Amino acid sequence: MTGDTGTPVAAPLEAGTAVRLGELIVEIVSDSGEGAQKAGQALGAISAKMGNGVWTVEIIPAEIKPPARSRAGASGIRVRIGSGPMTNMGDEAGLVVALNEQVLYGRIEQRAYRPGTVVLLESKWKDDQQELIRRQYTEAVADFRARGLVVRELPLEEACLGVTSDPRVGKNMFVLGMLCRVCGRALEKAKEEVAFVFGRKGQDVIERNHRLLEAGFHFAEENVPERFEVPPAPRTTDLIVTNGNQAVGLGVMAAGMELVAMYPITPATSASHYLSGAIQKVGGVVHQAEDEIAAIGFAIGASYAGKTACTITSGPGLALKTEFVGLAVMAEVPLVIVVVQRGGPSTGLPTKVEQGDLLASLFGEPGDTPKIVMAASTLEECLLFPVTARRLAEAFRTPVIVLTDANLATGVAPFPRPQVTPDWFAPPVDQSAWDPAVEPFAWDPTTGISPRPIPGQRGGEYVLTGLAHTRRSKVAYDPDSNQRGCEARSAKLRALQSTLRPPEVYGDASGELLIVGWGSTRGAIEEAVDRARAEGLSVSSLHLRFLSPLEPGLGEIFARFAKVMTIEINYSDEPDAPAVTDENRRRAQLATLLRATTLVDIDCWSNVYGQPLQPRQIYAEIGRRLERGGN
Amino acid sequence: MFGLKSDWSLELPERYFTLEDYEGGVARWCPGCGDLAVLTAVQKILRDEQQPPEKTVCVSGIGCSSRFPHYMHTYGFHGLHGRALPVACGVKSRRPDLDVWVATGDGDCCSIGAGHWIHATRYNMDMVVMLFDNAVYGLTKKQTSPTSPRGLKTNTHPMGSWLPPLDPLCAMLGFTNVSFVAQTVDWNPVHLHATLREAHKHRGMSFVRILQRCPTYTAAVFEELQRDPSRLLLLKGDDNVAVDPAVMKIFPNQAEHDPSDIGAARALAETGSQGEKVPVGILFRDASRPCYEDFTMQGLGISAEDKLAGLKRELDKFAV
Repeated sequence: MTGDTGTPVAAPLEAGTAVRLGELIVEIVSDSGEGAQKAGQALGAISAKMGNGVWTVEIIPAEIKPPARSRAGASGIRVRIGSGPMTNMGDEAGLVVALNEQVLYGRIEQRAYRPGTVVLLESKWKDDQQELIRRQYTEAVADFRARGLVVRELPLEEACLGVTSDPRVGKNMFVLGMLCRVCGRALEKAKEEVAFVFGRKGQDVIERNHRLLEAGFHFAEENVPERFEVPPAPRTTDLIVTNGNQAVGLGVMAAGMELVAMYPITPATSASHYLSGAIQKVGGVVHQAEDEIAAIGFAIGASYAGKTACTITSGPGLALKTEFVGLAVMAEVPLVIVVVQRGGPSTGLPTKVEQGDLLASLFGEPGDTPKIVMAASTLEECLLFPVTARRLAEAFRTPVIVLTDANLATGVAPFPRPQVTPDWFAPPVDQSAWDPAVEPFAWDPTTGISPRPIPGQRGGEYVLTGLAHTRRSKVAYDPDSNQRGCEARSAKLRALQSTLRPPEVYGDASGELLIVGWGSTRGAIEEAVDRARAEGLSVSSLHLRFLSPLEPGLGEIFARFAKVMTIEINYSDEPDAPAVTDENRRRAQLATLLRATTLVDIDCWSNVYGQPLQPRQIYAEIGRRLERGGN
Repeated sequence: MFGLKSDWSLELPERYFTLEDYEGGVARWCPGCGDLAVLTAVQKILRDEQQPPEKTVCVSGIGCSSRFPHYMHTYGFHGLHGRALPVACGVKSRRPDLDVWVATGDGDCCSIGAGHWIHATRYNMDMVVMLFDNAVYGLTKKQTSPTSPRGLKTNTHPMGSWLPPLDPLCAMLGFTNVSFVAQTVDWNPVHLHATLREAHKHRGMSFVRILQRCPTYTAAVFEELQRDPSRLLLLKGDDNVAVDPAVMKIFPNQAEHDPSDIGAARALAETGSQGEKVPVGILFRDASRPCYEDFTMQGLGISAEDKLAGLKRELDKFAV
């Protein structure tokens, strides 16, 4: 039996026969606070340690304590385990553990499953005291089966009671044990992982969780007929496993940042949580400011004084920081700004993914504010880009925005461990004497770059100002000075672009259709392109890391394809929506940017459902486009 | 001779700074503006203390008084309206060696930057914060400021402002972790200088409200205070601003005040806010309050080797 994505679909089996799969997607869904995420993260880590490719993504309701047994309250985790590297959350899950039937509905609404998906469902609800719950449960089970799901009703809580007096707390480890058995994960590896996760809580806690783990494992042996195996692929490099925000945190430390100034904002905050407990090991500090504006102001103050600093935020925070971003551009203060994008506009969808801040990052400030904007497309880039950004910020004396998003922030996967050398860190502050003949803004006529005096450097005294200024940083209201200053700041982007290589096309260098993407969609786009190409479709893709300046050579690459389109997670009008014309159609953000810069008639496909794009959706869109092209 | 050792060497200071060494561009404030007196006082203090210009950073927001850094020959940061304090705190956070002065106005500090004002007070980082309070928005041409006296006719309240003014001293003395609050007037250069000098000596955020005349828009606001010193109350005592007896004579009203007594300070501020017995001198001082830089400085000067070792330990945690 094969699903439409080429992945074998689980079917009822004889106990004891394991199905070998190239990949398996497992979900655990529950009410909030039942520990599903912890169990799933452990499953992902165990798999990674066994040598599998893994991508883990949390399923997070917007509220901290949503009502129990509600569809909107579905909380949990998806773990995609593969033989090779996994770069995205994939399509439908093959196996799900659901702690009640209502949260499973929440995921069915998200099209998370397909006929044949195995559901391991907590069955205690069928004997609930409330008649309503009993009825809901019975009806749901019948409905799930009618939808083609393979439902195994299991008394999970009751089974836990043999091991723990409070199954509400321990059930997740029981579930982990169960999944280890069903998914062919080694129990010993699982025990090691549990010992690591609960290491700080003492031996009693570890032992209790080991008992739960073993109980779950044996329970599955007796009660769940399905068994899957995802053989690991051999690997040669050292790997680390992190989510995108931890990767950003490690990157901030690897860049030698001394100061991280932040204000709590979802989904960026966990990067700062991580840094708050770790950055002191590299001599840095996290400052929790009184607001988003103060956070960037504090970072700018530290950077002005020669210390490497960054601020980490999300869209609404970036909006508040706008005036300071403009000042950093105008007064040429190096600064790294990490923006973990979420759904917008306004407060929008705080926990969901969107790539909606591209144009705000590029053009959000009043006046002309050229700055460097980069977007990480993998977890590894979440770690490496802060390092690159710090260097660029200093070399070009400008703020650098590093865009990531909620999909990367919560995604967990193994990737090569960076081989950090001391030259990754910022050098110590230069306090040698400054030649007073060199102006504080001695703009190079070609590159716009100028050396920067740091407070403490004798002879370099100058007053930084956000007002139009001369090379001496003197306030200037004459028309020439403002023109010259804007020219110099603009030249820096050209200078940087001249050092970049044209991006590599994924797939053939020419053909029918080129998909252009940026940010976290890379894994899904490339997987879809692989699938389409395997079926003989003429499609390639291109993923941009630099959005400002754009990577060079785009026009030439685009000219080699009959059609070019972007695929993004931000809003665009459907071309066939009522009254939409080619002139008034509002296109996705990268498409708008590329059309303006290359004059190529670039189309787009995008949406704002708040979900990461799945390979199958992109694959389907490729099919539609190429068919359309044949008309 | 004189018992000099054989390794005797002449230890003359390598550099000696004069007032000129601290003078930047020619001040472009209006003739008669109170800001000029403050500028001179600060330059004198730096000269007296032989503070190297390159180690001094003047941070300001936007407004007439925020032009201050441009008229100093030190490092300066003339940033955004209301945002001088976060920048100044950021400067100090990892550069405790720098001497930080903040110039801010009543609009800059008490209106658009009021949130930062509360928190900067709580951070209590070692810097002098000079509130140039002229009770009006000058640069944007006469709008009501939060400290404008009730009834002041401005371009935004042509019939007179509606609300009673915010009193910055009462506010400061209510903020958590406040460590130094003083008040002085621009038209008494001796008291102004002595107050700022005390502020500079204090470790922590030294907040000095300077009643500052704006001859263009609010000439009348401080006129009475200037003409009738009995409206002022000179705070004196062993632990207060010390001025020459000749200067003290100017003040008919004087009171002993112990700046460690926050209750008494609040009472003085409250009375002063009614326009009677406006206190000048140090209202409150407590050098024992925690300074935020003692936390933010952690790890300063760590070696690249230690950084690398620390980072490797962190990466190990995530190793597969």
